[in-house]
Amino acid sequence: MSEADCVTCGDSVTLPADVEIGEIVDCGSCGTELEVVGVEPAELAEAPDLAEDWGE
Amino acid sequence: MDVGLLYSRIRPDEKLLLTELRDRGHEVHKVDVRKTTFGLDAPPESLGECDVVFDRCLATSRSKYASRFMAHYDVPVVNSPETAKLCSDKVETTLALSEADIPTPETTVAFTKDSALEAIEAFGYPCVLKPVVGSWGRLMAKLESRSAAEAVLEHKETLGHYEHSVFYVQQFVEKPGRDLRVLTVDGEPVAAMSRSSDHWLTNAATGAETASFDLDPEVEKLAKQASAAVGGGLLGVDLMELETGGYTVHEVNHTVEFKALNAAVDVDVAAKVVDWLETKVDADAGATEVEA
Repeated sequence: MSEADCVTCGDSVTLPADVEIGEIVDCGSCGTELEVVGVEPAELAEAPDLAEDWGE
Repeated sequence: MDVGLLYSRIRPDEKLLLTELRDRGHEVHKVDVRKTTFGLDAPPESLGECDVVFDRCLATSRSKYASRFMAHYDVPVVNSPETAKLCSDKVETTLALSEADIPTPETTVAFTKDSALEAIEAFGYPCVLKPVVGSWGRLMAKLESRSAAEAVLEHKETLGHYEHSVFYVQQFVEKPGRDLRVLTVDGEPVAAMSRSSDHWLTNAATGAETASFDLDPEVEKLAKQASAAVGGGLLGVDLMELETGGYTVHEVNHTVEFKALNAAVDVDVAAKVVDWLETKVDADAGATEVEA
């Protein structure tokens, strides 16, 4: 289990033990959707907005 | 085996696959397509030696081109670019299904607002207007009157992208509050679920309730045929039950999400998918040895 700071509100976000680069997590404090861009050390960035051609 | 994974976002589906692949000792090379370039001469370094590349791109446009580049480099890729091309565009999918004599909802395509309105009036109300590219039920319109149709068509025409001026008009199929999703690997069903909602859209992404569905021979046959019609691979075949009996296939998904299915059924979907990948890679290796 690791932690990283939310890039929007600065609060600490707990990441799952098997966290993957590219995974999306929500900030429990402000609700921002965050992308995991680093795991050692853990680093978050604001997740990209939904695009029209996303989906299965 | 060495498996390349093309992605732009790791969804729960990709996590399930990654876990399964690594637990079995396979080497996984994750490639974020947002950070990668694709030239004409050689594949991105980490993908060149892969036994298979798994296209799990979230964006249709990236999936279509990235899988095409893999084929260009002679790197085995699932799904194939041909499948991606047919499944990523609703017009292409409908034509492929129709050409294979698979029951699919009646559809008309028009290129102007006026001709689209004519098509809509010919269907009568309600009918459905869908974007040719898109997923998760977004921008789907159930048209219940001429005035609603006029408004939606005007909005679509002013949205900007040329694809919104390809008007895909479809009959509204009265279904029993649910549709069916069958996940197939080269036509073989892995698992199936129903997706129920009070809303006319029954996508899991829109919050439909999912439940395991026991395949009957007719659904199994149609899923197999639909898979073959678009070139096979790992697919999500969507069907609706008709009031008159029988089924109609309305969609085939080529970067299929399965977390909802995995939760609804007793089957370990990721394990079945990796079983299939292993078999496929072994078969390809065997074929190469015979050629040599």
